[in-house]
Amino acid sequence: MGVDLRTALVTGASRGIGRAIALQLAADGFAVAVNYAGSEAKANEVVEEIISAGGKAFAIQGDVSRSDQVDEMVQKVLAEFGRIDVLVNNAGITRDNLLMRLKEEDWDAVLDTNLKGLFLCSKSAIKPMIKQRSGRIINITSVVGQMGNAGQGNYAAAKAGVIGLTKTLAKELGSRNITVNAVAPGYIQTDMTDKLSDEVRESLAKTIPLGRLGQPEDVAKVVAFLASESAKYITGQTINVDGGMVMA
Amino acid sequence: MSSIFEKVKAIVVEQLGVDEEEVNMETSFEDLNADSLDIVELVMALEEEFDIEIPDEDAEKIKTVGAAVDYIKENQ
Repeated sequence: MGVDLRTALVTGASRGIGRAIALQLAADGFAVAVNYAGSEAKANEVVEEIISAGGKAFAIQGDVSRSDQVDEMVQKVLAEFGRIDVLVNNAGITRDNLLMRLKEEDWDAVLDTNLKGLFLCSKSAIKPMIKQRSGRIINITSVVGQMGNAGQGNYAAAKAGVIGLTKTLAKELGSRNITVNAVAPGYIQTDMTDKLSDEVRESLAKTIPLGRLGQPEDVAKVVAFLASESAKYITGQTINVDGGMVMA
Repeated sequence: MSSIFEKVKAIVVEQLGVDEEEVNMETSFEDLNADSLDIVELVMALEEEFDIEIPDEDAEKIKTVGAAVDYIKENQ
């Protein structure tokens, strides 16, 4: 394994934004571990697409909310690639409902995957990064974590938590040349937002200054930038890719 | 036992960037100005050198060079 080979682990990379991130990082020369929880066939498609384009990738199953599975996943990536330069914490789910109707299990499921998963994956991947004296952690949050959203209390809480954790990790790991940043997509055209009705989608588009939903590639390009040498002095930040929905 | 101490000392010297003369069995990592992340790294290096796994709850109790040497002796 060449020492100059840069490697990335992308969680939840079989579909949507994670898929676009995996493809973009591969196009930028990263060897990519394509994590999935259940969509094995979709993950294999992503891997095949990367390999047929001349890149390097493999699919790896693992539930990010389970520490045993996460540790095993990181060990497998290290065995395969020898190092982890970039961790993209992307895996996320939704279980929407008004808070007063939200079931405890739906609260737990979203917090477990979207927030605890980020804790576990980061904890496990940090060790090799510290030894390498370099690393990049990029967390996918959401505008919903910044502005709230009726019917998404669990998702909003988890995504706001991601931003707090991003800032904290950036402070803990800065001295070891590990940067930690978040990317906050707005409404991006994926399976997750395809569930919305046309009516909701149209009214959403009116709240977006750019007047349209974003594409997964729009998010992937920013993640790739944060993973690149160009972004080496950026840490603890949340970068919005939302067509102007949220302006700090 | 001296060889374990010598190995631990070498790791402490390398990880914390201190002089060998500063490190004896009684030296605490705090005395060597190690912050919490330095200690995490030190524990990782010890795990690697001695091929052992030090659980977080045990690692928290290892505050001196001597405590590290004793722990390794008991768990190797």
